Amino acid sequence: MLKYTFKRALMAILTIWVVVTITFFLMNSIPGDPFTDQKKIPPEIMEKLEKKYGLDQPLVVQYGRYLKNILKGDLGDSMKYKNRSVNTIIEEGFPVSFKVGMLAIIFAAVVGITFGTIAGLNRAKFFDFLVIILAVIGVSVPSFVFAALFQYVFGVKLKWFPVARWGTPAHYVMPVLALGIGYVAYIARMMRTSMLDVLNQDYIRTARAKGLSSTQVTWRHTIRNAILPIVTILGVSIAGIIVGSFVIENIFAIPGIGKHFVQSITHQDYTLIMGTTVFYAVILVVMMFLIDIFYGIVDPRIRLE
Amino acid sequence: MSEVKTEQVEELKLNEDMFQRIGKDEKDYDKIVRPSLTYWADAWRRLKENKLAIMSLIILIVVVVMAFIGPFMRPWAYDDQDFTAINKAPDSVHWFGTDDLGRDIFVRCWDGAKISLFVALISTIINVTIGVIYGGISGYVGGRTDLIMMRIIEIIYSIPVLLWVILLMVVLGQGLGTIILAISITGWGGMARIVRGQVLQLKQMEFVLAAQTLGADTSRIILKHLVPNAMGPIIINLTFQVPGAIFTEAMLSYIGLGIPEPTASWGTLAEKGTKMLLIHPYQLLYPALLISITMLAFNILGDGLRDSLDPRLRQ
Repeated sequence: MLKYTFKRALMAILTIWVVVTITFFLMNSIPGDPFTDQKKIPPEIMEKLEKKYGLDQPLVVQYGRYLKNILKGDLGDSMKYKNRSVNTIIEEGFPVSFKVGMLAIIFAAVVGITFGTIAGLNRAKFFDFLVIILAVIGVSVPSFVFAALFQYVFGVKLKWFPVARWGTPAHYVMPVLALGIGYVAYIARMMRTSMLDVLNQDYIRTARAKGLSSTQVTWRHTIRNAILPIVTILGVSIAGIIVGSFVIENIFAIPGIGKHFVQSITHQDYTLIMGTTVFYAVILVVMMFLIDIFYGIVDPRIRLE
Repeated sequence: MSEVKTEQVEELKLNEDMFQRIGKDEKDYDKIVRPSLTYWADAWRRLKENKLAIMSLIILIVVVVMAFIGPFMRPWAYDDQDFTAINKAPDSVHWFGTDDLGRDIFVRCWDGAKISLFVALISTIINVTIGVIYGGISGYVGGRTDLIMMRIIEIIYSIPVLLWVILLMVVLGQGLGTIILAISITGWGGMARIVRGQVLQLKQMEFVLAAQTLGADTSRIILKHLVPNAMGPIIINLTFQVPGAIFTEAMLSYIGLGIPEPTASWGTLAEKGTKMLLIHPYQLLYPALLISITMLAFNILGDGLRDSLDPRLRQ
């Protein structure tokens, strides 16, 4: 287990380094600099600006300093918002994004696993078909369409939930639903397949032959084993929900990182783009690492690879 | 006792005319009762039985045909402005209504279909090509090469593809060509993994050994022997890649990195529609419906193809 953890940790660090490096050199390959689109800046001020952001030094030196700063947890200053660092922008936005994302994941996992389990236990019956249909629709309809649909139906027409501003718990309902619904479908589908797989295993027959009640077979033998592959899917879902948040946060005007990220693209605020990308990469890699470790604990076969 | 037995035999009066040899003709041993079907004919036969998949296929064909003839069914071009009809709800003149600049949404939707499908198709073809070559080499060569090549994929794909696409778009700038390029060079990982998995299984087979004995080089074995045999899973993955690319294009429009105006794509139309949602919901309705139906059709067709192409499901 120690060797497995060590290998995974090494891989995680390598991954973050590669992402940081690619992002840095991509952002620096853009012709011109972030100040060229503004009004003509006098050369002496330009010089000062370049000095402030360290743009006067050779690229390798800039890269080295960027790496060093990241190790210290400093992602640099925003180029568009004067006197605000990328760190403060992330600090402000992350709690909101985290709450929305976490709720979406919980919603997706709970509803998805429940639906998938019931569908798997009632193969080829009405509920099973219903779940299959819902799963295909949920995967096919993009989250922004769901977002718009919810906003129009529940927000404007039925007036159940507020469409403007942000803050009360009621504001969370629609974004969480829109963000999570695709993953409800995805997880339900995977859970159903996983249930069917497990139900065919010999140990289920053994459990039945021992005389266990069907509730015990379902809870202790089927669901417990069928839920395992879903753990790995959660990683993919978290990545998808982060991406989904770019659009959802804009549609619902949520003051999270996704919104800042999209704005930083429109403003060509390179340090903010770089900073958010690195931040997302770290979050995801850490999540993946934790999921891998957790999986290694619950399923010893993985460690042997 | 012996008396009784003879009596019975006499009573039966068996002769050879009463018997006929059946099914013993040695000539029939090699006779094929059912028509021999190739892999593809067999898959097609099974796909035809799947009504939902066939319906999806028909819907996709209709969408593609409409993408070409739709824009010519009405007298306007995608960027023609009708100032007498601005933000007009659907009626008999403007079938899907008009947008805030008085442009006909029906024409723009089908013109957008052409752009969106074009982006999806070209980027998928490039994705598949890179993925097949990468996965083929990784799986066939094996060993340390395979390990390193797969680690590279693992590292690249540990952050979402869309994030890479966005970064590339920031660098390359907006445009049709850059969207295709960005999606093409980032989306081949899934295909590479699938092809690698297939190649790992297939390279153990005798026909590969035979090809090696005949002196075929690596590239020939991969392209002529292994890839054609892995075509089933490749096609299944392809049907899921196309909606993925449509989705990515739409997402980019939402982030402000889409295809620049006045060119229409499903993504830009949906993005514009979202802004008008509270006042003119029909402006989002049609592009959103088209995106959803197309993605649905591709997903159902993909499922159908998986059922009909996967040899493990053969009976």
